[in-house]
Amino acid sequence: MQNLLSSIDMIFVTAKAWVLSLLALFLPKWLIILASITISGVVILCLGPVIMMYLTLLERKLIGRIQNRYGPNRVGKWGLLQPIADGIKMFTKEDIVPANADKIVHLLAPIAIVVPALMIFLVVPFGKSMTAVNLNIGLLYFIAVSSITILPIFMGSWASRNKYSLLGGMRTAAQMISYEIPMTLAVVPAIMMSQSLSTNAIVLSQAGGCGLNWFIFTPWGIVGFIIFFLCATAECNRPPFDLPEAESELVAGFHTEYSGMKFALFYMAEYMNAFTLCGIAATLFLGGWQGPFLPSWVWFFGKTFVLICVMIWFRGTFPRFRVDHLMGFAWKFLLPLTLVNILLTALWQFTSNLVAWIGSILVLGISLWTLVKLNRTFVPEKRHYPLES
Amino acid sequence: MTIFGWGVFKGMMVTLKNFLTSYFRKPDEGGIFTVQYPEEREKAIENFRNFPFLVYDGSPEKIRCVACGICERECPPKCIHIEMEIDVAGKPTRKPAVFDIDYGLCMNCGMCEEVCPFDSIFMDHAFEVTAPERNEGLVRNKKELSKSNEYFQKVRPTLASSIDQKRKAAEEKKKAAAAPQGVGGQAQPPQGQEPK
Repeated sequence: MQNLLSSIDMIFVTAKAWVLSLLALFLPKWLIILASITISGVVILCLGPVIMMYLTLLERKLIGRIQNRYGPNRVGKWGLLQPIADGIKMFTKEDIVPANADKIVHLLAPIAIVVPALMIFLVVPFGKSMTAVNLNIGLLYFIAVSSITILPIFMGSWASRNKYSLLGGMRTAAQMISYEIPMTLAVVPAIMMSQSLSTNAIVLSQAGGCGLNWFIFTPWGIVGFIIFFLCATAECNRPPFDLPEAESELVAGFHTEYSGMKFALFYMAEYMNAFTLCGIAATLFLGGWQGPFLPSWVWFFGKTFVLICVMIWFRGTFPRFRVDHLMGFAWKFLLPLTLVNILLTALWQFTSNLVAWIGSILVLGISLWTLVKLNRTFVPEKRHYPLES
Repeated sequence: MTIFGWGVFKGMMVTLKNFLTSYFRKPDEGGIFTVQYPEEREKAIENFRNFPFLVYDGSPEKIRCVACGICERECPPKCIHIEMEIDVAGKPTRKPAVFDIDYGLCMNCGMCEEVCPFDSIFMDHAFEVTAPERNEGLVRNKKELSKSNEYFQKVRPTLASSIDQKRKAAEEKKKAAAAPQGVGGQAQPPQGQEPK
């Protein structure tokens, strides 16, 4: 039984090793290394778009159910071929470039935006020894690469020569730079506790306790997770933080002037970012692929998809933020809270269990209360003008 | 003082409830009320009316229409075209030889049904009318337009049965009037249409 479970657990790793050993029969050693890289690369390059395609379907289905209607259900059983039909439609659409656009940058932006989205996949641990590249600075790499996403979006918005695009791009830059700070600081507790920047090591440090020794079951873990998740939602421009592409205000924001496959590439990057950010959130705070009974990759994908469903749930529930509220939320609420959280994590390591729990709940409660009080919006007293009799 | 974030939580619960109930609730209790049209259909409301058709009793030869041409004159978009049949002696036979309705022109107003003194033209329920050609496919001739009284009974039972009763009463009256007087001039057209 144990044997079977572990063999299912390692099924992808074994498959790759088997293919490589087959190739080793008639290829020199340096080509084998190249083949190993190619296999991982091809798997990721296929996984990204496929995940994106079916995330769009999942999103449309869930949003539909939330709004009391069926989602797409015409193409194939349960609409399972809908993403393919959408893909064909996108490919056959006319590619329109505005007359005054900066043609080269306009073309480069959608190409460049997919690259960082795919690059993040490299450090995501999909399962036990299923990280494509086990970087010892994996988390740093993730933060660095994910912040590149701003650049192609701004390229696209600037090159379109459209005021709505430009406004959307400006908003993106402001929003993503602001939310990167609390996101990075929310990650710090996990790094402190696992004492490593490698995503693999972070997952391994959450081992034990029947595979349920996750960081989220500690006070600093849950605060860090919530902050990280909110910032991740803001990072991939999903509602309620979708100011960059606010339909009601900016037509479509930074991708107003894009059509056909270029537009689809922007969407692809957005959904792949949503997936990787959820994957990293699961890795950092939900124990990654750790979990009882089931194979590691099932746990990882399960956790990730639960988080994605929560993102979609957010989209089905909340209206859009106002720009100043958005900025205020990041700078005046999330940022101080992350700093308090880092302090808590430091205290957690040096105190006994019960004291730490009570202490951290106290500190969190007080800081939350203070922050709410400080962030209260000023509502002037309603003035009454009595009618002259 | 309410708890910070309570409104957010409440809002999320509303959408969660909607999501879950969409799977098992009935349409009028908060479930999905989409009717998946080609496979599922809503039951047509009896008073729904679309395109006109001609009623015959028994066989298509006994068509109620007498080719008086009132509907042709009253029709606002002028989509009806009637020609009376003329027998060998050159006498009009009070039967339509040609009765065409251009469904492409018809605006579904139901004026023809209201003005017809012979209870012969009524509005149908069929709404899936398609044709590849605008000029040919949508012009319906007499044969295509004629439908039996049974069909009329099936589609709009309340109106059809009241009309049947009225016709029967009128016939009996006519018979009763004809018995003592002998040949009593031409047939009385039925009284003005009852309000529907």
